[in-house]
Amino acid sequence: MINIFEVNETNQMIERENLDVRTITMGISLLECCDSDLDALNEKIYRRITAQAKDLVATGEAIARDFGVPIVNKRISVTPIALIGGCACKKPEDFVTIAKTLDRAANDVGVNFIGGYSALVSKGMTQADENLIRSIPQALAATEKVCSSVNVGSTKTGLNMDAVRLMGEIVKETAEATKERDSLGCAKLVIFCNAPDDNPFMAGAFHGVTEADAIINVGVSGPGVVKEALKAARGQNFEVLCETIKKTAFKITRVGQLVAQEASKRLGVPFGIIDLSLAPTPAIGDSVAEILEEIGLEKVGAPGTTAALAMLNDQVKKGGVMASSYVGGLSGAFIPVSEDQGMIDAVTVGALSIEKLEAMTCVCSVGLDMIAIPGDTSASTIAGIIADEAAIGMVNQKTTAVRLIPVIGKGVGETAEFGGLLGYAPVIPVNRYSCEGFVGRGGRIPAPIHSFKN
Amino acid sequence: MNKAIITVVGKDTVGIIARVCTYLAENHVNILDISQTIVQEYFNMMMIVDVNGAEKPFEGMVGDLEKLGEDIGVRIHCQREEIFTAMHRI
Repeated sequence: MINIFEVNETNQMIERENLDVRTITMGISLLECCDSDLDALNEKIYRRITAQAKDLVATGEAIARDFGVPIVNKRISVTPIALIGGCACKKPEDFVTIAKTLDRAANDVGVNFIGGYSALVSKGMTQADENLIRSIPQALAATEKVCSSVNVGSTKTGLNMDAVRLMGEIVKETAEATKERDSLGCAKLVIFCNAPDDNPFMAGAFHGVTEADAIINVGVSGPGVVKEALKAARGQNFEVLCETIKKTAFKITRVGQLVAQEASKRLGVPFGIIDLSLAPTPAIGDSVAEILEEIGLEKVGAPGTTAALAMLNDQVKKGGVMASSYVGGLSGAFIPVSEDQGMIDAVTVGALSIEKLEAMTCVCSVGLDMIAIPGDTSASTIAGIIADEAAIGMVNQKTTAVRLIPVIGKGVGETAEFGGLLGYAPVIPVNRYSCEGFVGRGGRIPAPIHSFKN
Repeated sequence: MNKAIITVVGKDTVGIIARVCTYLAENHVNILDISQTIVQEYFNMMMIVDVNGAEKPFEGMVGDLEKLGEDIGVRIHCQREEIFTAMHRI
């Protein structure tokens, strides 16, 4: 039988170390909504989402109450809208009406984000894909809860450099369209390489076409718990350190697995995956950077950071995999700058640069995330950064992503405020040399040799 | 059997267990196990209870016990047992 020490350990994790389930995300297929009439399409989408997800928020809250563990976010991901809207949307403005419908549906069921305003263009763009991409700035400015993502490459297809170049411009336009709010629109836009179909985390969640009608995916969290556990392993060797991380990751993930199964049962929707990511928040003590500092770095960004992060990420997976029957999504430590107080501090004192962040993304998910850059950064430079990050994903057969915020009207040394879970970020300098000639070439970068496995 | 774990943490005072047990008895909740420690005058108790016979919905009990805790001046949590077994048992 459970004893008092185990009960106290669990409750201490919840009360003092920010253990929570970060998100229950319901994936909803919209394929059945396809229609060539735009108004009919919007109506079908609204009905489909509000019918399927009507109990999601209440169920999430009831589970949180029963187990005494916070479930921070309840979210929805839908089939990439470029596929759904292709028949009815003849111009970018048509797609914006769907974004507004998604926003209305999200508000009415009470979720805090809805993802899937997306296009998958890793090899080529259809006219519908391009129209959706061109509508992103307007869509994100006109909505609150809609999140957008574009997959521009994969290990199997190589990189679609036309899409990469276009996304450089779109990021810039999105920043302009929301400039009075520190370019907040860009915080809801992710550019992927090797995007997973079942990611529950925003802003990159969408419900892939390989998925069922509806599915429950859960993202766990708990950087604070890992950090507290590591305090007990101070001065010990790597074996002890790794064991401690693994055991803690196992415990955290088991809570996620329990919540996922319970949500699946109560909602009558199949369980998809657990995403084993360590996801920080701006709250004190809920930081991946602080774990790395606890491991022995004075500040994140110091030499050794990449190795420490590689080890942390691997141990979290090793501990978590045994705790869940199905693991998927992004599953790795997140290093979003604005959402992690330790990262913010490291950037502020100059310990962490965008180049070091890029190196860190080679060994963990998910990419250059929530990084504020100067508002006058050119579209081609942003495209160059996207290409670099996508190349890391393509060659290493992993997911990488870019969520950069060129903060219009602000430069290095100033701070962008996004609010809530999105936090704030000091504007970080970007290499000032041009890559215009490179990103302007057009066409595709071929798939790497090791992708030909058949 | 539907088991729940009730934890009480706070400054020690007369009658904490009595008040909690009275509430449980009134609601047909059977106590299976109690353990208790006092560290530096702080009261720390855990009960394993069977809520099968309870007429009240579980979330109502969670709220009632929280409120009872506020009256006594301690913190009372009531959680379903699965969260602890999931975390601590393979």
